[in-house]
Amino acid sequence: MKIQEITSLISGTVVEGEAFIDRDIDCAFASDLMSDVLTLRTDKSVMLITGLCNTQTIRTCEMSDIKVVMFVRGKKVTEEMIELAEDNDMLLITTDFSLYRTAGILFNAGLPGVY
Amino acid sequence: MHFEYNVEGGDFTNAGTTSSKVKKMMKQLGVDPAIVKRTVVALYEAEVNIVAHAYRGVIYVDLEDTSVSIKLVDEGPGIPDINQAMQKGYSTASPQVREMGFGAGMGLPNMQSNSDKLVVNSVVGKGTTVEIVNYF
Repeated sequence: MKIQEITSLISGTVVEGEAFIDRDIDCAFASDLMSDVLTLRTDKSVMLITGLCNTQTIRTCEMSDIKVVMFVRGKKVTEEMIELAEDNDMLLITTDFSLYRTAGILFNAGLPGVY
Repeated sequence: MHFEYNVEGGDFTNAGTTSSKVKKMMKQLGVDPAIVKRTVVALYEAEVNIVAHAYRGVIYVDLEDTSVSIKLVDEGPGIPDINQAMQKGYSTASPQVREMGFGAGMGLPNMQSNSDKLVVNSVVGKGTTVEIVNYF
């Protein structure tokens, strides 16, 4: 699924990585537990949906080869996070929707889970 | 190639900077991306453990043609029972560590599954040494 379709479905805003708007996402994983994100085993293009908004969210995605992160419930992304994301060619999206609603809408629209 | 990095306990802002440097270095050297990922996930888990549990530590990285060997040596409280710490779900992490998205008792088991060789040694009251080796 294209980023543009994803952002439009959940009324999201791209806050970093506009240049990568054409990226295609194969599947998504929703979690606030970074320990869980670090156990993902997949070669597919994954988007993380999370309510955990700090630098370790970005670091975890860097190590896990996750290039797209969606922050739910209107979380504010800090400058430090944006710099880290920029350094790693990541795309960051925010939405006011809850994690449950975001995941539900995207799943219904055809974006599968990792597992 | 040999590299050394210092890690400060409690410094969550910089947790992961060493793992990030190692990842960039391995990528530049053209190591298989799957091996890079396994290595840096194991290293990141170990680096976060130093920040979360120890006072300070040093990470030694040896990058060879066919392997990467990483040794993390920390000064800290140590682990009284390593077998217990290796069990999924066992954790002594502080609320601050949990707020950062860690401390679920998954780190050491995940380090094991992302390493070809993992050796953990610890002396209570002194510190912990973790060795990670992955072959290319």
